[in-house]
Amino acid sequence: MSTMGSTTTKAPKEAGSMLEYDFMRTAFLAGGIVAVTAGTVGYFLVLRGQTFAGHALAHVGFTGATGAVLIGASPLFGLVSFTVLAGIAMGILGEKLSSRDVAIGMILSLALGLGLLFLHFYTAYATQVTALLFGNVLGVDEKQLWTLGLLAVVSLLVLGIILRPLVFASLQPELAEAKGVSLRLVSIVFLMIVAVAVAECSQIVGVLLVFTLMVGPAAAAQRLTTHFAFGVGLAALLALAEAWGGIALAYWTDLPTSFWITCLSAAAYFASLSPQLWSRLRRLAEETAIPAIEKS
Amino acid sequence: MTAAALQFENATLALGGRTVLSAVNLVIEEGEFIGVLGPNGAGKTTLLRAALGLVPPKSGTIKIMGQKATRGNPAVGYMPQVHGRSDGVRLTGFDFVASAAGGHRWGLPLLSPAERHDVERSLDMVGAGDLAKRSLSEMSGGERQRLLLCQALLGQPKLLLLDEPLISLDPKHQRGVVELVGRVQKELGIAVLFTAHELNPLLNVMDRVLYLAGGRAVLGRVDEVITGPVLSRLYGSRIEVVRLGGRIFVMVSEFDLGHEAHRHEHDGQHHDKGTKGSREHA
Repeated sequence: MSTMGSTTTKAPKEAGSMLEYDFMRTAFLAGGIVAVTAGTVGYFLVLRGQTFAGHALAHVGFTGATGAVLIGASPLFGLVSFTVLAGIAMGILGEKLSSRDVAIGMILSLALGLGLLFLHFYTAYATQVTALLFGNVLGVDEKQLWTLGLLAVVSLLVLGIILRPLVFASLQPELAEAKGVSLRLVSIVFLMIVAVAVAECSQIVGVLLVFTLMVGPAAAAQRLTTHFAFGVGLAALLALAEAWGGIALAYWTDLPTSFWITCLSAAAYFASLSPQLWSRLRRLAEETAIPAIEKS
Repeated sequence: MTAAALQFENATLALGGRTVLSAVNLVIEEGEFIGVLGPNGAGKTTLLRAALGLVPPKSGTIKIMGQKATRGNPAVGYMPQVHGRSDGVRLTGFDFVASAAGGHRWGLPLLSPAERHDVERSLDMVGAGDLAKRSLSEMSGGERQRLLLCQALLGQPKLLLLDEPLISLDPKHQRGVVELVGRVQKELGIAVLFTAHELNPLLNVMDRVLYLAGGRAVLGRVDEVITGPVLSRLYGSRIEVVRLGGRIFVMVSEFDLGHEAHRHEHDGQHHDKGTKGSREHA
């Protein structure tokens, strides 16, 4: 795998040498932390049919990040605080929101527009826009790594606390309500967790590609197993493999990490569909009466 | 003497300021199968939700086994109308049913041995053992319904509230569901409230009928309640009841009877403008 004389500043690329660099070790750690969080939380996002919420929160996060930079705060702080606030708002509005897709779309556009305005006022930051939109896992420093780790631990702990009523309320809301589960409370807390996971993902793959780590692995896992516990574990594992695979491929090829992660995520998802596609193709072949060649 | 399974004392139920049922009095004993009938918007779902403690009565009281109706009462099993959410879900039948076992408690969804036993017992009872390993997304409406019944039976309830189990099922599957509920009800000796649009599928299993219309409720044996005079009084307009070959047809007299016999499940639109628009599907 030659790099065709690219003008990279990185040293010679052999698989073994990858982990000798600090920034690579940090990237693998950050990618791992975020992937496990995103895959796990994403499983429930898909189970609840709320994948759009994840997408929407990422847009709001963009405004938060650019706004934070404008006032001199860290983008990650802006991301987390804005997405969490938006998550709470979505949880409170709940079902009223789900029937208003035009309104949501307008608010999302407004959020991105505001983000653009903040960038306009802070032109020096414009060079970093790409990082915000498409992620920059190689740029994560040690302080950010600690923040990502802490956020991941807190959000997974809270997820563990609400998990049982969350699953119940996701599958059988009417019955759960009758049994004393507060649907609104569960929904608000869950969307706060999603907000944190989205903010984390934005650090790795950027606000525009949050779907690739939050939804892709979870959707593939739900295609591959119908057992709840296996499904959650598989979603986390797939996300981890995609994030690490993406970082490694980027190291070897000098192409952007996020590009490779989206490739792996899409590949895993479409591969998870393939048993059905395969059987459909076979049926088609049988229907078109291609004589089978028996080898016995 | 045991307390009644369900008791309404002068209970008035309102949704969003509009009275749905006024001053309802009824006593349902343990082990009774009650068919709950009435036109759309008459308050069938509201009545069930009130018994679940989800709609507090505006006045009067509602008691379950002698206790005031509150949310989370383990003595009450509930089967909501089938909703869109469960059909795309790629989870096994077992995991789906198990989500309701102790699902209101915080923490990780790990079943205790007793809860696991309860899930298996109720799967067996409704003959859903073969559904336990299959994915919900590959089941028919009737099969999913059996799992919903399973969830309703968790925790050994004394009163089962079933909301429109027959909706969107063909007559063959309707018979299957009615027979299944009837068998389970007899086996466990519990009270059942079964709401339905049509009277006939329930004729063989129900002990009494609770008929809701025009904001009022009448409870009694089928031959007492499903009569021209009683229903006419309830609807506030002339209703005729025709018995034909073991089936009962409720008709609105001003409509041409030769033209598409107007059965009671359809005439709600014409006759209870006052109660129209209630939230049947909460």
